[in-house]
Amino acid sequence: MDEIRARFEEVIAARGRSLGAWTLRIVDQHDEAVSIRRDVVEPPSSSHDIGVMISVEGKNGTGYCATSDITRESLGLAVDSATRWADTRGGCGPLPQPTTGRYQTETQTPWHSVPLGQKIDRLRELSSSMVGGGEVVDWSASLWHTAVDTVLVGSGGGTVQQSFSFIVPMMSVTAAGNGDSQTRTLGGHAYARQGGLEVIDSVGFWSRGRLVRDEAVGLLHADNCPQGNMSIVLAPDQMILQIHESIGHPLELDRILGDERNYAGTSFVRPEMFGNYQYGSDLLNVTFDPTVPGEFASYGFDDEGQVAEKTHLIRDGVLVRGLGGTLSQQRVGLPGVANSRASSWNRPAIDRMANLNLESGESSLEELVSGVEDGLYMETNRSWSIDDSRNKFQFGCELGRRIRGGQLAEVVKNPNYRGVSATFWRNLDGVGNGATVEVLGTPFCGKGEPNQVIRVGHASPACRFAEVDVFGGE
Amino acid sequence: MSSVVSEVSTTDDLRDYFFALVESLEERLLGEEVLLCEVRGEVSSFARLNHACVGQIGDVRHQRVTIDLIHRQKHALSSVDLAGDREIDLSRVRSLMEQVREIRSHCPDDPYLSYNTAACSGEFAEVSKLPDPVDMVGTIVDAAQSEDLVGIVASGAQYRGFANSLGQRNWHSTHSFNFDWSLFSEDDRAVKSSYAGKTWAVQEVRQRIAASVEMLATVRRPPKVLRPGRYRVYLAPAAMYEVVQMLSWGGFSVRGLETKSTPFLRMHESGARLSERVTLSENIAAGTAPSFESSGFPRPEQTTLIAAGRYEGSLVSPRSEKEFGVPTNGANAAESPVALDMRGGDLDRDTIAESLHTGLLVSNLWYLNFSDRAAGRMTGMTRFATQWVENGRVQGPIEVMRFDDTVYRMLGENLIGLTRQRDWIMDPDTYDWRSTNSARLPGALIDDFALTL
Repeated sequence: MDEIRARFEEVIAARGRSLGAWTLRIVDQHDEAVSIRRDVVEPPSSSHDIGVMISVEGKNGTGYCATSDITRESLGLAVDSATRWADTRGGCGPLPQPTTGRYQTETQTPWHSVPLGQKIDRLRELSSSMVGGGEVVDWSASLWHTAVDTVLVGSGGGTVQQSFSFIVPMMSVTAAGNGDSQTRTLGGHAYARQGGLEVIDSVGFWSRGRLVRDEAVGLLHADNCPQGNMSIVLAPDQMILQIHESIGHPLELDRILGDERNYAGTSFVRPEMFGNYQYGSDLLNVTFDPTVPGEFASYGFDDEGQVAEKTHLIRDGVLVRGLGGTLSQQRVGLPGVANSRASSWNRPAIDRMANLNLESGESSLEELVSGVEDGLYMETNRSWSIDDSRNKFQFGCELGRRIRGGQLAEVVKNPNYRGVSATFWRNLDGVGNGATVEVLGTPFCGKGEPNQVIRVGHASPACRFAEVDVFGGE
Repeated sequence: MSSVVSEVSTTDDLRDYFFALVESLEERLLGEEVLLCEVRGEVSSFARLNHACVGQIGDVRHQRVTIDLIHRQKHALSSVDLAGDREIDLSRVRSLMEQVREIRSHCPDDPYLSYNTAACSGEFAEVSKLPDPVDMVGTIVDAAQSEDLVGIVASGAQYRGFANSLGQRNWHSTHSFNFDWSLFSEDDRAVKSSYAGKTWAVQEVRQRIAASVEMLATVRRPPKVLRPGRYRVYLAPAAMYEVVQMLSWGGFSVRGLETKSTPFLRMHESGARLSERVTLSENIAAGTAPSFESSGFPRPEQTTLIAAGRYEGSLVSPRSEKEFGVPTNGANAAESPVALDMRGGDLDRDTIAESLHTGLLVSNLWYLNFSDRAAGRMTGMTRFATQWVENGRVQGPIEVMRFDDTVYRMLGENLIGLTRQRDWIMDPDTYDWRSTNSARLPGALIDDFALTL
């Protein structure tokens, strides 16, 4: 990366004062994945992705050129290309300039400290624990590690250097019979964290194969989820989806500004709602928090080099701040956060979620359940759909359990529920305490034109909602 | 050596550069090793628009090579971005080769290893007919004038190459554009449109934007609020695209079938059927995707998936051939279609409002997902210019509604008919790379379509 930066600085020096403000973002990413499916080790895969994003200000706005071609000649062509856009049909500006700082993932057991052969052996042991009985038709487990180094420099003199280590363990079992099939996973593949192999151990990955299998088989023989309007208790691995889709996306300032109307959609939230809109009950406290150690989208700076800090977005149920980086804040005239992020070197930064967490309350899981006379407990997201203004939603979970007389009762399959964001959160009537919190995340949040898939983190306790429409499968 | 992605490079240069890299790797093969090598690249321009002004604009030049290094039944895959400098790239791919050998040494035999041994080289290379992207953006901005146009125009070259140490060489390069946009009214009503292809016609852009403006006038009326219930609907081809995209998530995959994760499970196990009007095929010959897959297998020109409502065949990847004993048809690893083709029917699109009589003209659906996958039941939202029709006359837009219904009702017992006319839809997805997928679909007239929220 130092060589690329040096070559780029030569290019910039040769341009002299003819070049306006600029930034250079270098991304150097290594991915490795090892997986086993139906007891067969799949061929390990790895990739090395390296390239640069060059942005410049010109006579008519800003332009960019991103390239994996990092020769001096090509970097010069990239600067010319970005400048041509900026001078003719440039985009929104001015170009934010980075501050100076560093961030690095804290890692206890580095990914490479355990040889590939040992990882394969452990996956084989795990796989053998996931099969059993004639109803299990598919089972798999995998580990995915990503190491990313980024350098962001700007004509203002700032330099941000960040190094990340991401781990994603995944496990899935499908059981089938009598014309039905049910799949159970380890937390909906949401045990995505920053760190090293200690993450795998901390989520109990190696010991949960049998449980995942038994639950898949159990679901196959369970009754369908009943239909009705009732209280529900959502586990953290469903709460993260609920937060993501019906709080995170609607609070993105670029949606509110209309940038996403052709693709990801708009938002029911309007600029005048910040500071006064009752988003949920007074139990609802939501933060943008990139400082949580080990959470998937923790970082020191966004991809425009702005300092990232913990910030309340919803306090005691009232909407106080949106999710928008420097440019969006300027355009809409509202404060935001440092969340202008890009999926890689080949995409420009846009407003993204990063870590969006629901702050814990005071109830134990038992207390949340005991407050329900006739309702449902749901775990692990498997289906998500919401309208383009992020209001009318329908979500489905892998596993449900009836709640009767304040006690968890039998398992039900195909639990689904639907509602409207603008009213759903006002029916939040119980928030779990710290003991119910799980720190989760996903590598697959899609948005933007051109499209970008990015990592987001969500930490949440279990939560209870009143008067929700629930239903089952066919 | 000139830069492989410089502006002066042609796809011929890129092809020659890739094949030269492969030859240098072949010289370093040990003993019985077999090398499979794939390259993917694009030189794209992206202009993002909001309120008919440019929001973000720029170019992306990206190319990546992937190698699969095989020794008997052991192998591993690795990829690296190419830098554009012969010395750097030779060093990278040679280093990659060593890494793969080291990784492979830890691997057990792969019983599902499969690669093409019957060399079938081929080349498809287009000459660019695209204008300067600066001019393309200028045409759009000028044509939109004061309208609230939001969307993206993506354009440029895409290429895919394959080579193996058995002598096979394949190359596929195209130059295309995809202008995908919406027009919005002051009260947030919208019309979505697209214009994609190989030849950019300025007059066509102007006409299509003008047609959007004209259509926008029809959705400016106050929206009707519908109650949940069952409605007669017409799903336009763009809405049908969303439905078949969902079904493509395991529905046409032999692995999905064998592991019971297909949304067509009830078709395979309980005798459920779609309407006899439904015939679906993977039509590579009519699409824009390469005619070879990443381990060198050729794709047949056409594979019938559903014939007259009944299961006919699956997409089979090379690994699935070994695992399930079904011959491969060069499907990708996900076994999802890349050129889905649905046979048209006998309805006339020009008189579809009369055929609908009273119900919904659904221009677009959005954010579909399964509410009961095993039962083929899916949910999603209406979006953009979805309108209420009474007695064959368009009344105006509706507030967005959620649907939740099974494919066996939608495209089975409740399917009234399909339009004779079909739209060719070029996938506008640009995740990681610009998609080369496409589909050719009719519209569908459906009775008792379940709206739930």
